Parts: sequence; structure tokens; C-alpha cells
Amino acid sequence: MSERLDVKKTYKLVVNGAFPRSESGRSYEVMTADGKFLANVAQASRKDLREAVVAARSAQVKWWNATAYNRGQVMYRWAEMAEGRRAELVEHVQLAEGVKKSEAQRSVARAIDRIVWYAGWTDKATQVLGGANPVAGPFFNFSLPIPSGVIGVIAPQESSLEGFVEAVAAPICVGNAVVALASERRPTPAVVLAEMTATADFPGGVLNVLTGCTSELAPHLATHEDVDGLDVSGGAELGDELALLAAGSIKRVYRPRVNDVGNSLRRLRTFVETSTVWHTIGQ
Amino acid sequence: MLVPAVISVPAIHNEDELRRFVRSFSGVDAVGVESRVAKLGTRSLKKSTKMSAIDMAISMVDLTTLEGSDTEGRVTSLCTKARRPDPSDLAVPSVAAVCVYPDLVAHARHVLGDATVAVASVATAFPSGRASRNVKLLDVADAVGAGAHEVDMVIDRGAFLAGRWGQVFDEIVAVKAACGGAHLKVILETGELVTYDNVKRASWIAMLAGADFIKTSTGKVGVNATLPVALVMLEAARDFAEQTGQMVGVKVAGGIRTTKDALKYLVVVNETVGASWLTPEYFRFGASSLLNDLLMQRRKQRTGAYVRPDEFSGD
Amino acid sequence: MTDNSLTSELGALGYDAALESASLARLQPSYGLFIDGQFTEPSRHQQFTSINPATEETIATVAMASSSDVDVAVASARRAYNKVWSKTSGAERAKYLYRIARLIQERSRELAVVETLDNGKPIRETRDIDVPLAAAYFFYYAGWADKLEYAGYGPNPQPVGVAGQIIPWNFPLLMAAWKLAPALAAGNTCVLKPAETTPLSALILAEILQQAGLPEGVVNIVTGDGTTGAALVDHPGVDKIAFTGSTEVGRLIQERVAPTSKRLTLELGGKGANIVFDDAPIDEVIEGIIDGIFYNQGHVCCAGSRLLVQESVADEVLRRLLRRVDQLRVGNPMDKNTDVGAINSAAQLERIRELSNWGEQEGATRYTSSCDLPAKGYWFAPTVFANVAQSHRIAREEIFGPVLSVLTFRTPEEAIAKANNSKYGLACGVWSEKGSRTLWVAQRLRAGVIWANTYNKFDPTSPFGGVRESGFGREGGRHGLEAYLDV
Repeated sequence: MSERLDVKKTYKLVVNGAFPRSESGRSYEVMTADGKFLANVAQASRKDLREAVVAARSAQVKWWNATAYNRGQVMYRWAEMAEGRRAELVEHVQLAEGVKKSEAQRSVARAIDRIVWYAGWTDKATQVLGGANPVAGPFFNFSLPIPSGVIGVIAPQESSLEGFVEAVAAPICVGNAVVALASERRPTPAVVLAEMTATADFPGGVLNVLTGCTSELAPHLATHEDVDGLDVSGGAELGDELALLAAGSIKRVYRPRVNDVGNSLRRLRTFVETSTVWHTIGQ
Repeated sequence: MLVPAVISVPAIHNEDELRRFVRSFSGVDAVGVESRVAKLGTRSLKKSTKMSAIDMAISMVDLTTLEGSDTEGRVTSLCTKARRPDPSDLAVPSVAAVCVYPDLVAHARHVLGDATVAVASVATAFPSGRASRNVKLLDVADAVGAGAHEVDMVIDRGAFLAGRWGQVFDEIVAVKAACGGAHLKVILETGELVTYDNVKRASWIAMLAGADFIKTSTGKVGVNATLPVALVMLEAARDFAEQTGQMVGVKVAGGIRTTKDALKYLVVVNETVGASWLTPEYFRFGASSLLNDLLMQRRKQRTGAYVRPDEFSGD
Repeated sequence: MTDNSLTSELGALGYDAALESASLARLQPSYGLFIDGQFTEPSRHQQFTSINPATEETIATVAMASSSDVDVAVASARRAYNKVWSKTSGAERAKYLYRIARLIQERSRELAVVETLDNGKPIRETRDIDVPLAAAYFFYYAGWADKLEYAGYGPNPQPVGVAGQIIPWNFPLLMAAWKLAPALAAGNTCVLKPAETTPLSALILAEILQQAGLPEGVVNIVTGDGTTGAALVDHPGVDKIAFTGSTEVGRLIQERVAPTSKRLTLELGGKGANIVFDDAPIDEVIEGIIDGIFYNQGHVCCAGSRLLVQESVADEVLRRLLRRVDQLRVGNPMDKNTDVGAINSAAQLERIRELSNWGEQEGATRYTSSCDLPAKGYWFAPTVFANVAQSHRIAREEIFGPVLSVLTFRTPEEAIAKANNSKYGLACGVWSEKGSRTLWVAQRLRAGVIWANTYNKFDPTSPFGGVRESGFGREGGRHGLEAYLDV
């Protein structure tokens, strides 16, 4: 009696709420942590990146125009989806990172909890980061955090799921749209998690995930003038160069710091703009 | 090449049309108006500018006494002062007018004789305006019959605030008719209209109804003339002139006591409606104590020495 | 060419000159660098002159700091940080800042005169805005120094260290206050580099810091040109760079700081849209447009240099605007009645001329104030371009002068689209009597500051700064502390 043959998953890009292959038709081999063949993953091209930015730009308006309550619900639903497919995520993390199952389980749990944490920020960031300003004159004056727009994320290379969640959920919860480059060697947990956004009612294009060669794609993300902010967490030794390229269009740049503490809002603050409105007060 | 004025005043046949037209104007932003006059208030008038501005202000004064205790004697001294504000300096111009109650108009005319100083009378149940139309018109007829050159009427603020703009309009038209050849100044009593939007609307209603002047206040309520109110009225007069070709004067009254205050008003006139309004024909100060301060400052400008108040007569 | 000189019948009451006394400035003929609490000679003994742009006369000579002078200044700031300032309690730091605020108030007339002489802006503005606001910023941030744990950045926020601060020439003293006050409140020490053409008020401020007894080295002031600024940006001993100036230079600075761990905030250029709806309070709109573009000769990064007016009222607004433009009193900045002063430098004048010429070449209709311009000094008559297209250079590039571009729109959607169609995003104006639409517009404008029925208002409690290529980071308010805290 022959054993049943597994149905293997195909890992594609996540762009504009759809799952295309790279327009270039290229793919690359991704290995498990212990060096076995895991999958042929789509190798995104510069053109795929361009498409992703276009999708993100248009999605960002819809995402930001939704109510904060609604954004919170959508993000929470994303966590629900992830919770329902925990086993799958655990397996991917285990394979990608080569950790024990128990460690992978903890990591997935933490990642999902982080999504929940950020889901709660959608309708609180305005209050915590904004406020009324008592100017010396007959004006009502208030400051609100508004999203920077489209954020390019070079996701961490090592932490395939948790690192990815931290990098994309923070900008998304405050109304940005994201174009993320998943970890080059460990891309599959991010792809699987990003696929779930399609069933979580995100407008297509809020989270776009590209897989491929970081050193090839990241500079294009850094120089793309329609990208407003850049998280270079996964840039490693490319970090300095990416930060320099980002200066060309005065991008907001997030770089990890040695003294970063957990639950810091620095990432979130990096990708919002304080917009201050003055209005006259009179009869 | 400047773009010509495009709006003209439509014919107004009834209250609805009046309301529609007056409401078609943009509102007034209080903060903007107040900051504009605050900035104009920093203008610094020195030397010859100050001297000519003081003379200009003197010539624009409606020297006023509107007290229950007024007597012929008091009006006599007021008229004497009006003709020759500073007997020691013949270069000082006469004031524009004296302003009295209707029963003292004849006496004022008598004292002033053929002087260039006009006699203005308040009328229409001044200052409250709370009387029937008939009584108001009789009041006007009385003043005009006694020889008043100018009539200062009050609008019915109650009717205005209740939205009966047609009534306000009709009353002004009726008073204008009763004035005959006398000039009509329409007092809006802006302190009771409260908002700048109301001031702007009341200004337009008065001008459309035929006012020769629009005037801020009776001087008998808590808030009288203010710079921002004057600015709003001047802007209305400017816009009215652009649209109709008719110039309407503006009179600020009540609470203007110092030269410094008066010069601020002149600066506002100068920089918002301009030269055409800087004559007694189109701009007036309704005041009593202002004149002496103008005279003191004028002499100080001339001699460089500060003057004691007793140098000038009390009234 | 269509050059329409305006004529005005207004202003029968011609004002005699009301000149502020230049002697109030009490300027010394020459100034050294302010390092470690003392005025010191620059190491290479190089100096440059600061001139009055209204007369082209030299008013003082000032030391040119070399990179070795910057070394000394940064070392002084580091020493002061390690030995004194980081050990000074918030409450004590607060009292120094309060002292500085009071001393600015006490010497306000002198500072106003110095600023007007050095910058060319009207004395009315330095007296009523620049100097009082500079004091207000110190006063406001003083109160934060001992309350940082309540600022929303965690329970024990720490300073960054040594801040290098580079400021522009358009509001020399005020920009120094915007930079120094929050930095000192947060516990940093500073090396401040004033603009090359306007170094003097910062040097008077140095005297004030001495009078306040501020510990030596807590603030160092290095005058110089772009090379001085570059030395400061590149200095390894600096933990944070704060820059206000052009987007062009800001980009260079961001590039140079990129491979380092330095913190950076940038407050750069703008091309502010001032949006006028058909229901707006028309007379206040006109004043708002004037304030938006002719305030400080248009040398304002947040200037409302693009007027977007609803087509249905465009003719009316333009007619009233042109009448008002012609009333502006242009001339001697020391005259208390002057509305528009001198252009700050020959180089800036050249840029304004070049871009204005472009406006004509591209087919916009040019209106120029009929004002007389003085023979000496740098002057540019207030100018309005009508019939400007979104694609014209004068609608896209920052002119930084008294030049307004007028465009029209038909619907709120179109207004937003045009306003946001810019690489900049610093400030915008919205004029309407309809509250719901104003908020709708404010929500959609991509700008750091939105003024509704007003323009060009500043306050120490109110965050200021841009989005996109107008820079990042905020100055003013609680938000302004973030730039100087390690959070």
C-alpha cells in the first residue's frame, strides 16, 4: 500500500490582496534550517516592487479612511486567522528557524499576541500621540498623528515571524500601508501570515510581501520616491547604505538600536506625522 | 489691469429678497477682524502726519451732548466751542457738527448762525427706539422742522434680532422720507447686535434703505464703538460703494476719548477704505471729551510741551 | 510679457517715517565664537562680515569657525554634559531656562533692533513676533525640564547628549530658541551654528546666557558658513543633529548622518497651499493671504505661496487681493510702519528674480506692487502671479520670497488633490465658514500644520514640522521634546 503523497504549498508574493508569481518568472530555492529543500519561492523583481508600491499607495487611502475601530477589528481578525492556523505557522517557524517545536510554539504565540496588541493601538494612538495645545490666542489647536503613508519594511532576517510581525503591524495599525521584504532565507512564515490578511478584510494592498534577494530589492525600496518611510531592521550590513539612499527623498528611517526596549512605541512614532490644526474661535 | 467689480445690487421688493441678498455675503471671522485692527493699531503717526491727522480728527467731530440735564446754556457753550475749538489758535478747524436732542435743535441753530458747523439731532425715540413708527416719525419731523441738518436715527434692534429685517428696512426708508433734505445717520447700536455678522448685515440693510451714514452706537449702552466693528462697517461701506457707486459715510460714537484712539480709527479708515472717506463728509466721531484731548495733543505737537487740561474749556 | 503694475488710491494719510533707533542695538564692531562660556578668537583668525541687507552696510564682523573650532566647541559641550548638565536636576535646569526667558524679555528692544538690522525684516515683526515668541519658547520649555516623565515617552526619559543645531536666516533668534529651549530642557548640551548672513542675535543671546549664569559649555555658538555646519554635522562627538533650512541641504545632511548613530530632525522647505472656499469670510481671507505670503518677505518655510481659490470666487478674491497688495508698505525695515522689509541677501534676491522670470516665461500673469523700492539694499516688490498652472515652476518650487502663485479649483476633492500634489508637506491654510468641510479638508491634507481661517501662527505649545520632503520631527509642544530624548 503506497503512502499518500503530500500536496505541497506554493509560496507566491502577496501584492494588492492577490498572490501573484513574480512577473519575472524567477524563483529561488529556500532551504530549511537544517539544509533540506523546503520550497521554490517567488523571486520578486524590481517591477514587482514597483507594483507593490502602487498597490500600497492606493490601499493606504482606503485603510486610513476606515474608522480606527474598524482597523482594530480587521487587525484583530488577522490575529484570529493566525490563531486558527497556529499549527501551520509553528511548522513553518520550526522549519525556517530550526528551533524546537516548543520554542516555535512560543514564538508563534508571541507573534499573534503582538498582532492583538497592535490591533488595540488603532483607536488609541491618536489619543496617546496627539492632543490639544493651549496656544496663547483665540484658537482651538489640536495635534493628531497621521500615517506617513507607504512604509517599506526590510523585515528581520533571523526572526522569521515575530520580527516580521513587529515590523509590519506597528506601521499598519496607525494607518500606513506596507511593502515588506520578507527574510530572504526564511520567508515562508511571513508569506503564510500575510496570506491571512486576505481573509481578515484588509483592503488589498495594505500589506504587500515580497520574497527574494534583499540586497537586490532593498535599494529600490530605499530609493523609491513614493515610499515615505523605511524600516531597515533586516538590512544588516546594508543598513547604512539603505539609510543613505533613503535620504534622497527624505524618508523616515527606522533602525534598531541597542537600547531598544520592548513595547516601545518608537517604531510606531517613526511612521506617523504629527499634524496640527489651528482654528479660530469667535462668535 | 484690475478685474472690475462684478456684483451689483439687485432690486429688492420684499423681505425675502432682502434676506436672500443680505445673507449672500460671506460671514466675518472675529479673530481675523480683531487681529487686523490690532496690527493697524501699531501704526506710528509722527510729526506732520500726526499734526494733520489731529486736525482731520477735529474736523470730523460731532460734538455731542445727549443728557437729560442739557440746557440751552450748555448747548450755547457747546456751539461756541464747536465753531472755534481753540480760541487761542485760529488754525484749529471747526468741528463737523453739534449733536443734540430735537428740542435743542432750534437753539443750536440760533447760536451757530451762519457757521459751517452743522446741527445734528438724534431722533426716533433715541436711544432705545422703543416707540411706535408714528412717534418716531413725529420725532424726526420735529427735529427737521427745527432746522436739523442731520438726523441720527436708531434702528429697531428688537426687530433686527427677531429676524424682521423688512421692518428695519421699511422704517429707515420712512425716516429717510421724513428727513427731506436732512442727512440721515442710521445708528445700528452694534453693542446690542453683538456679532460682526450682524453688524455687517445691519450695515447693508441700512445702506440699501438709503442711509447717508451708518453709525455704530448711541453711546448709551455698555459696548459702544470699537475698532473691529468700525472696520466691518467701513468694509461694508466700501463694498456698497463699489457695487452701487454711492458712498455712505461711517460714524463711530461712544467711548472714544483720546487722540490715540481717534488716530487708530483714522488709520483703519486710511488703510481699508482710503482717502475718499477721510473727510468729515464721510467719516465722523461722535464724542464729547475727545475734542479736548485732540486740542491738548495738537498744542503739544506744536510747542513740544505737555499741556495742562485746564488750558481748554470744559465744554 | 504681461507685467501689470498695480496702482492704488489708498493711503491719503501718508505716514512720516517712524524710525526705531539703530543705536539701541549696542553692537560691538566684532564678535568671537562663544565656546565654553566665553567669547573666543577663532583658531585661524578668520572673520566674515554681517551686513544690513536694507543698506548693504557692514554692521559687524564675526568669527569664522573652522573645523578645529567646532572640535573645541563639541568638546566643551561634551565636558559640560558629563560634568555639569547631566548632573543638574530638571528643576534647576528649568530655572536657568526661566532666567533666559526673562532676560530676553528685558533686552527685547535691543534684540528686535539687532534682528532687524541683521536680517532686513520689519521692526514691527521682530518687536511683536520674533522676540516675544523666542522668550515664550524658553518659558514654555522651562516648565518641561522637571516634568519629562509626564511627556509620554516613558517613566525615565534620558537626554541624547550633545546636540548640533543648525539654524536658518529667516528667523534667526526665534529658530535659536526653538532649538535650544527643548534641548536644554531635556538635558542636552548644545553647539549652535547660526546662519552665515544673520549671526548677530545669537551672539546677543550668548551674552544673555552669560548673564543667566548658564554653566560654561552648556551652549556653544559657532558662527560660520556651510563648512562650519558641515564640520558640525560630521563631528563624531555629536549625538544629534537638528537642522532647519532648505530641502537640498537637509538631504545632504541626512545622507551624511545615515551611516552613523546620530539622531536627526529636519525642518525643511515648503510650498504651502492656502485654500479658499467660496463661503470664506472674504475680508479676513485677503488678510490671511497677505499674512501667508508677504509676512517676513515670504522668507517663511511654511509660507502660503500657492493660493488655491474656488473658481466661483476667484475673480473677486484676486481683485481684492491685488488692491490690498498695493497697499503694503515696503521699505526701511527700521520704520515702525513698514510691512515688508528687505530680502535677506543678494543670493536670495537672485533666486527670487530667477523664479519670477520663469513665471512670466511660463505664461502666468504677473502683477507687481507699485511701491517704490529703495536704491540701495536688496529689494523685491510684492508680486502676484495669476493664471498659474499646477505644472509651472512657480507652483512647484519654493521661491522663499514675496511671490504668490494663484491657482483655482472647482470642488473640495480637486482642492485636496492640488494641495497634496507637491513633494513638500509643511503647512496649508483652509478658509471656509463651514466647519464640517474645514475638518474634512484638514483630515485629507498631507501637511504638518493646517491653519483654518488664519495663517502663519506660531506658539510654543503647538508642534511644528513637515511631512514628506518638508522634513521630519517636530518643534514645539510636548512633541518637540522627542527630538532631544533618547526614546
